[in-house]
Amino acid sequence: MTLHPGSALTGLLDTDAIRKDFPVLQRLLHDDKPLVYLDNAATSQKPRQVLEALNAYYEQHNANVHRGVHVLAEEATALYEGARDKVAAFVNAPSRDEVIFTKNASESLNLVANMLGWADEPYRVDADSEIVITEMEHHSNIVPWQLLAQRTGAKLKWFGLTDDGRLDLSNIDELITEKTKIVSFTLVSNLLGTVNPVEAIVRKAQSVGALVLIDASQAAPHMVLDVQALEADFVAFTGHKMLGPTGIGVLWGRQELLEDLPPFLGGGEMIETVTMGASTYAPAPHKFEAGTPPIAQAVGLGAAVDYLTAIGMDRIAAHEHAITEYAVERLLDVPDLRIIGPRTAVDRGAAISFVLGDIHPHDVGQVLDEQGIAVRVGHHCARPVCLRYGIPATTRASFYLYSTPAEVDALIDGLHHVRNFFG
Amino acid sequence: MKLDSMYQEIILDHYRNPHGKGLRAGDAEVHHVNPTCGDEITLRVRLEGATVADVSYESQGCSISQASASVLNDLVVGKSVGDAQAVQEAFLELMQSKGQGEGDEEVLEDAVAFAGVSKYPARVKCALLSWMAWKDATAKALAEQPAIND
Repeated sequence: MTLHPGSALTGLLDTDAIRKDFPVLQRLLHDDKPLVYLDNAATSQKPRQVLEALNAYYEQHNANVHRGVHVLAEEATALYEGARDKVAAFVNAPSRDEVIFTKNASESLNLVANMLGWADEPYRVDADSEIVITEMEHHSNIVPWQLLAQRTGAKLKWFGLTDDGRLDLSNIDELITEKTKIVSFTLVSNLLGTVNPVEAIVRKAQSVGALVLIDASQAAPHMVLDVQALEADFVAFTGHKMLGPTGIGVLWGRQELLEDLPPFLGGGEMIETVTMGASTYAPAPHKFEAGTPPIAQAVGLGAAVDYLTAIGMDRIAAHEHAITEYAVERLLDVPDLRIIGPRTAVDRGAAISFVLGDIHPHDVGQVLDEQGIAVRVGHHCARPVCLRYGIPATTRASFYLYSTPAEVDALIDGLHHVRNFFG
Repeated sequence: MKLDSMYQEIILDHYRNPHGKGLRAGDAEVHHVNPTCGDEITLRVRLEGATVADVSYESQGCSISQASASVLNDLVVGKSVGDAQAVQEAFLELMQSKGQGEGDEEVLEDAVAFAGVSKYPARVKCALLSWMAWKDATAKALAEQPAIND
């Protein structure tokens, strides 16, 4: 095999050491092929430290939270609320009470969309309001707004995309107007990999008094996420893409908004007093956490945050940038390969979508799988992007802190094999 | 090797040179999609009495879904609706066999090549897309047809 300059990249993490923490990365597939896991934008693998935290919680501390005075109840509550402290620090939240645990980013986004439908003025979305999203959103940041628009009569408006996979801001003044109540957009596209220009959009939204919701699902695992620096009103992300378990998501919101806005789900935990006539609500964040929360999952997310923080998000970002730059360069060398999204590593995350001639992504993915390489194929829950670029689907390779240049090389070799197979 | 069990040469041949592709006149038209992968097919059925006179289609998708539509066209055009439905049921049964079925070559002809696909749950829907569209379109065409005297 040819030697490639991947081993000479700078800024890489010690992946030999990191990979030892991830049991699944040791797996051999189809008898003897080492797993090359390049589907991190769908979900990340979990380090032993997170798995141990989950086990320890269930083996030693399991109880319901915020109820009961016994030892386990107090320990479980301390662990759950301790996870909130960790997440608050991880995103530089001014207050821990601004961190709401949900089951995933979709629930976080739906929570905001529903609150705005039920809110009083000035937040209320009604028939005179406009909602602004973008053509590169994941379906989870499209459908809740379509539902809200259908229910209220509000108008849904979209930022378009440029040919090279960036947001088209040229008509921002027509899109975001005095009628705009909410602007919701992704910080990093799950399909294109594009990192969006937050500041320009936030400035415009602020100038018309619109709220801003940022979907950070593809950002929180990969870069320093500072909600104060973003200056948004809400930031949503999910735990399972950042080494945590499934079933835990986060919504960060500015405290005064969380105080003013109505609850989403009703139930235990979110109340202050309940009578047959009416109820009053607990202060945020509990106001938005009806019912028994995902306790173990929150504890697991806390352990994931510890793991990421110990390595350093700035170092993780640098590692992924080097890998992405190398991967883009090598992918562009594959005949008939077209990257859907930015063709450089500038302002781009570690998810790279592409089409390979007229070979359908399903077939690409199947032949790669035979070599132990796991990629995602399809429309990635972002079908409007596929329509925009006139393609039915893409193959997507997405990297993380444990990804290596050798895995990029394996992908490239695999793609050559795909071309030969269908050639 | 496993891959070759899925991508039989016969499947790749149908994929590269699909039979009967393109939309022609029909009595009923349906549009089916596979939401997990974005494969799509628009399919028309034309009946002449109780005979399947034509199955025409426009589709986009992976090699499995494209080849399957081509084989479908080969197998059902010219057959009575009843015989064609029996082929459809035999193909459905093969695809649901989780790698256990071999298929009756007398009934399924080229379609037995899809036996290997049934081992891959994610790909079974690809193979069935055109067949489900055909079943749906045929039911519609029959519903619109004046009652046929048996």
